[in-house]
Amino acid sequence: MKVTSKEDLEDIKKRGLTSLQSDKTKVKVGLASCGKAAGGDKVFAKLEGTLEGQEGIAVEKTGCLGFCAREPLVEVEGPEGDSLVFEEVDEESAARIANSLKEGKTPEAKVLGRKGNGEKKYGDRKDLNSLDFYRSQKKLVLKNSGIIDPESLEEYAAKDGYFGLWKAMNKYSPGEVIEEVKSSGLRGRGGAGFPTGKKWEFARNAEGNPKYVICNADEGDPGAYMDRSILEGDPFSVLEGMAIGAYAIGANQGYIYVRAEYPVAVERLKKAIELAEDRGFLGEDIMGTGFDFELEIKQGAGAFVCGEETALIASIQSKRGMPSPRPPFPAQSGFRGQPTNINNVETWANVTTVFIRGAEWFSSIGTEDSKGTKVFSLTGDIDNTGLVEVPMGTTIEEIVYKIGGAERGSIKAIQTGGPSGGVIPKEKFDLPVDYESLQEAGSIMGSGGLIVMDEETCLVEVARFFLDFIQDESCGKCTPCRDGTKRMLEILERLTSGNSTEEDIKILEELSHYVKESSLCGLGQTAPNPVLSTLRYFRNEYEAHLEGNCPAGVCFE
Amino acid sequence: MSQKSSPENSVQDKTFLELVEELPPERESVIPALQKIQKSQGYLPEDALETIADYTDTPLANVTGIATFYSQFYLEPQGDHTIKVCQGTACHIKGADDILDELKRELDVKAGEVTSDGKFTLTNVRCLGACSLAPVIMVDEDVHGNLTTEKAIEVLEEYE
Ligand SMILES: Cc1cc2nc3c(=O)[nH]c(=O)nc-3n(C[C@H](O)[C@H](O)[C@H](O)COP(=O)(O)O)c2cc1C
Ligand code: FES
Repeated sequence: MKVTSKEDLEDIKKRGLTSLQSDKTKVKVGLASCGKAAGGDKVFAKLEGTLEGQEGIAVEKTGCLGFCAREPLVEVEGPEGDSLVFEEVDEESAARIANSLKEGKTPEAKVLGRKGNGEKKYGDRKDLNSLDFYRSQKKLVLKNSGIIDPESLEEYAAKDGYFGLWKAMNKYSPGEVIEEVKSSGLRGRGGAGFPTGKKWEFARNAEGNPKYVICNADEGDPGAYMDRSILEGDPFSVLEGMAIGAYAIGANQGYIYVRAEYPVAVERLKKAIELAEDRGFLGEDIMGTGFDFELEIKQGAGAFVCGEETALIASIQSKRGMPSPRPPFPAQSGFRGQPTNINNVETWANVTTVFIRGAEWFSSIGTEDSKGTKVFSLTGDIDNTGLVEVPMGTTIEEIVYKIGGAERGSIKAIQTGGPSGGVIPKEKFDLPVDYESLQEAGSIMGSGGLIVMDEETCLVEVARFFLDFIQDESCGKCTPCRDGTKRMLEILERLTSGNSTEEDIKILEELSHYVKESSLCGLGQTAPNPVLSTLRYFRNEYEAHLEGNCPAGVCFE
Repeated sequence: MSQKSSPENSVQDKTFLELVEELPPERESVIPALQKIQKSQGYLPEDALETIADYTDTPLANVTGIATFYSQFYLEPQGDHTIKVCQGTACHIKGADDILDELKRELDVKAGEVTSDGKFTLTNVRCLGACSLAPVIMVDEDVHGNLTTEKAIEVLEEYE
């Protein structure tokens, strides 16, 4: 049945609420890629097998709860919404959990914390939200992940899903939708931080029809997985944002470009698109408004440069993924030479929040120039690795030490922005995370990779690692990027193997500036950042390598 | 359509054609067509590239150029299972090189090669999106995290 009125939508929501607050005991297993990688599928099978046919108990899958270091996570939620989350569950503890539930007892297994209305029943357990890992997080984009069944449109609606699209299409003209996005202060989460409303306006005002919208789910930063988790844990939030954008811009066709390495995300998206079409949230005559919007998935084929928007468009058109000079920008001439608007996964998901909660509310979160939250994938030399979402302006200190649980004194620096970004030394951890602060410090916000490095990490070697990556991924079209980064890599290889000469650091620095200024696309223009930022803060490490000494004890084995 | 006349080839051509036939016969279908063939065959046989060139009305040189540009496409037959060892930043810092070295030793291949019994292809990949569980490998479509060199070998046993 297709939704054509607000009553229909309310009706779906009601059904979703019934499903979320059922009178059954629910056993939810986090089965995003991280849960699966930790062995979640086996845990799920064990729970399902043991509890099969058990009255009053349902085993379900959900998305990522964020605390990936403790995966597989299993939540047991009673009919009163009282729940307990178990961590590091394996087949053996899964069997124990299942058997206790059969006998109506509280399972004995490693507990992460209690959740929801668990206080009365599990008062002696820590509330999940009081754990250091969760306490200073604010979940807008990840609010449904790990809570709803990502394959249930009803449960998505229960969390006010599709009420944003309803509002956008029934209360606002396309122009007013753009104004709303502008006043929310939302900026692109794919790296550059361009104001989203302004971008939409360019595409709307550009001459030419048809127009297209694209979701960039290429997630190229090697060490980041925010976008994957959003797609796997809450795919409808991205579809809804895209439909709002399409309506505002006047596009009837959209594409989601997903990288090749994300099979689970592709499956979830396929399912979500199907369900949304069945209900009239995608396809012809969306919610009876007369507006059509078709959405198609395109899978990448393994090329980092395809995250760059012009290369991405070339790839969707089945060409080699080579960037082209801008202007023209995609808003003027993009997919098939038509006006095209590209946004990142997290940006689209934020659009949905802006319309569900309102621009004013959204812009009350964050800093003067960076509004809302940012999702980071927090990894590296810390205990609490995982997916964290914090208000813009949160300090690095808070993220690394409090949320990440890093040991003071052992940490040297963080790296953000992947191969286009840089390092920030521990002395600067009082910096707030916002677009401008990170840039001034020589890194970038990037898409959200945040890797913590301890004293045993050699930053010259890290710079070599990134240049090696860039050399591999340079498309070869322009000389500065193709050959310049090759020379840079050679120098870094000499430095880390003990064959460097006095001038190497100077030449490396000169080359960095040359490649930065003369490359064709963002890949080359930002490729020297890992070198420049490590030179800026850790020049002494480079100099030590000249003398055949690696302070971290990594090189010259 | 391909003009091959020998019966063997025509049978094979027909299968390749059948695989791509649901795509619109146009230039933009090249990548999806390559993906379909690779999914079913495990690699891209030369004949299949010709079929795609004909079907999408694209010069064979361009089809080959596309197939070689993207790292996901293989022009040679692959092992029964493909092992992708993550070499992303998080995995690099957590010792991905050791995992790769151990697998090379155990399987007696270099990265990019197929084992002599044809069972495994060993390759590198840049980030599998499970960075918090670094180091990580992917075998076919399953991701395995929190690995040590020993655990990586154990994982392979699941695919015997
Ligand atoms: C080399 C390179 C790689 C990029 N990779 C990605 C990526 O993986 N994901 C992404 O969203 N944006 C990526 N971008 C940025 C896109 O070009 C584009 O700015 C972005 O998708 C716009 O979306 P936003 O305004 O919502 O941030 C990359 C840019 C460059 C130069
Ligand atoms: S860096 Fe290895 S999974 Fe991301």
